[in-house]
Amino acid sequence: MNPSTKPATNASANEDNRRSTVNRLSAENVTLAYDQRVIARQLSVEIPDNSFTVIVGPNACGKSTLLRALSRMLKPTEGRVLLDGQVIQSMPAKKVARTLGLLPQSSIAPDGITVGDLVGRGRYPHQGILRQWSNEDERVVQESMAQTGVAELADRYVDELSGGQRQRVWIAMALAQQTPLLLLDEPTTYLDIQHQIDVLDLCAELHEEQGRTLVAVLHDLNHAARYATHLIALREGAVIAEGAPGDIVTAELVEEVFGLRCQVIDDPETGTPLVVPAARKARARAHTDLGKVAATEAS
Amino acid sequence: MKATSTQIPRTKAVRTGGFSLRLDLRAFTVVVLLLVCALAASVVLIGTGDFPIPAGDVLKTLFGGGDAGQEFIVNELRLPRVLVGLLVGAALGLGGALFQSISRNPLGSPDVLGLSQGSTAGALVMIVLFSGSATAVTLGALVGGLVTGLAIYLLAWKQGVHGYRLVLVGIGVSAVVTAVNGYLLTKADLVDAARAVVWMTGSLNGRDWTQVWPLLALCAVLLPLVLANARGLRMMEMGDDVSYALGVRVERVRLLLMVAAVLLTSAATAAAGPVGFVALTAPQLARRLTRSPGPNLVPSLCMGATLLVTADWASQRAFGADQLPVGVVTGVLGGIYLLWLLVTERKAGRI
Repeated sequence: MNPSTKPATNASANEDNRRSTVNRLSAENVTLAYDQRVIARQLSVEIPDNSFTVIVGPNACGKSTLLRALSRMLKPTEGRVLLDGQVIQSMPAKKVARTLGLLPQSSIAPDGITVGDLVGRGRYPHQGILRQWSNEDERVVQESMAQTGVAELADRYVDELSGGQRQRVWIAMALAQQTPLLLLDEPTTYLDIQHQIDVLDLCAELHEEQGRTLVAVLHDLNHAARYATHLIALREGAVIAEGAPGDIVTAELVEEVFGLRCQVIDDPETGTPLVVPAARKARARAHTDLGKVAATEAS
Repeated sequence: MKATSTQIPRTKAVRTGGFSLRLDLRAFTVVVLLLVCALAASVVLIGTGDFPIPAGDVLKTLFGGGDAGQEFIVNELRLPRVLVGLLVGAALGLGGALFQSISRNPLGSPDVLGLSQGSTAGALVMIVLFSGSATAVTLGALVGGLVTGLAIYLLAWKQGVHGYRLVLVGIGVSAVVTAVNGYLLTKADLVDAARAVVWMTGSLNGRDWTQVWPLLALCAVLLPLVLANARGLRMMEMGDDVSYALGVRVERVRLLLMVAAVLLTSAATAAAGPVGFVALTAPQLARRLTRSPGPNLVPSLCMGATLLVTADWASQRAFGADQLPVGVVTGVLGGIYLLWLLVTERKAGRI
């Protein structure tokens, strides 16, 4: 792969000196709400540079909401999201789009669009009225398709592809944006296990080989523990724990975050934590035990 | 629609200096052919009427070589009428393409959303309540269209405007305004009512240079504005989130283009009456010809102009000069098309 295509992971050396302790992307004391419904209050999150950060948590804990706030889709009602030291909302839209890419959960492939055309649309933030399709655009699109293994599909229609192929095409589009930071909202949803691993491998590759900072929301805790370099566990809009999966994933944490009794063992393949839910009968016993405790405490 | 495009490259990159462009060859060909059709139909239409003129003479006269009689008929009577037809068709085609793309729905066109009915209400108020002049009626139609457009936008607004809500709100507004129009007609005396109904059908009869200039000026201002934002609109096909992530200022582009689309359709309706279904059909036909995703703005514009002029020519040929308003022809053809669209959309499971 051409080394010159690696996205710049650090804006400049000077900037690094000036703000050596602060990462490129962070949320400071943000309160996130849809209309009147508050999802998270006073939430602060740092995305470590060059990490593969995965956000996990039970349904409706605010994972996707946090990701939307980090990618300026949702304006915090309080607090601020900072990108390279600037409030993200105050930055020009195209400038943000050249630094931070987002693959949302729901994206619509226009009727009758080809793979090449769709991936090419990722070049939008680099284009203007006069500069609509440069040699650089062409080259980056080819490369993004090669990296995601969809180059041979370039002339196919997106509606004809399988779910796994389609997700690769969308990732290719996000790659064509050439952003050092890439945010993915549940990239493995609706995919079978082989394609889930496929997409996660691709993410790991982008992180390791190209030094991109990745942030993903994942449902599967074991996938998160295996692939993440940095894990953020959310519950009810608050960070319960964050750090390397090996350091933070314990049976206690899983019980606290998901309310699920389990064992955490070493993944025989990778040595990362592997969450094994307790058997149904064991959990039922635990529930009655808890009930008894509550009853004695109440009396 | 199997992969037919695999053999021949669809696009060609054009690059000179700092300028670069990706040209969709098929769309480009379609635009050229439609322009040729529109111009040919215009020449034939100028030659059609109680005093027929051969196409060769029409061309000669247009370039300043005809005799005095032909000169008068061509330049004073028929040319402005044809120009109004071309401009109205172009404005409706473009306005329709904008609306359909913004609402992401082939039904989200000004006819269905009630903009034409809004213009009609404005015109009827002028005709029935004030017995206004032709200028007053035009202004009334313009204001009626703009007010309706604003009402739809405000009613459909909920943290941004979304496709389905826009269409549903539009259908509701359309029903209300249609009722108001019916009431106004029942209040009218016979002369006003006849005048109102003629206006409501949409016709090019008796259009002259005073209609051409304002329309031309409006198109000259709005077209560059719309095309400058067309790339953003293209991105918005992929959903608000994706386009936002790509750096498109979604709400701003949408508001700007909706205002432009409302202005275009209102002005077109004010000039020729609510010529039915051009805004609905032109973008869809253009899209089927170009087979290209995206809003297809320029092909829709050319298709609108071609459709309207051809429909006017057909009505004059079949029923004689100024017998059948062009709105009847587009209405019949467009209605059939709408039925077909509903059936195919239903089969595809989209509605």
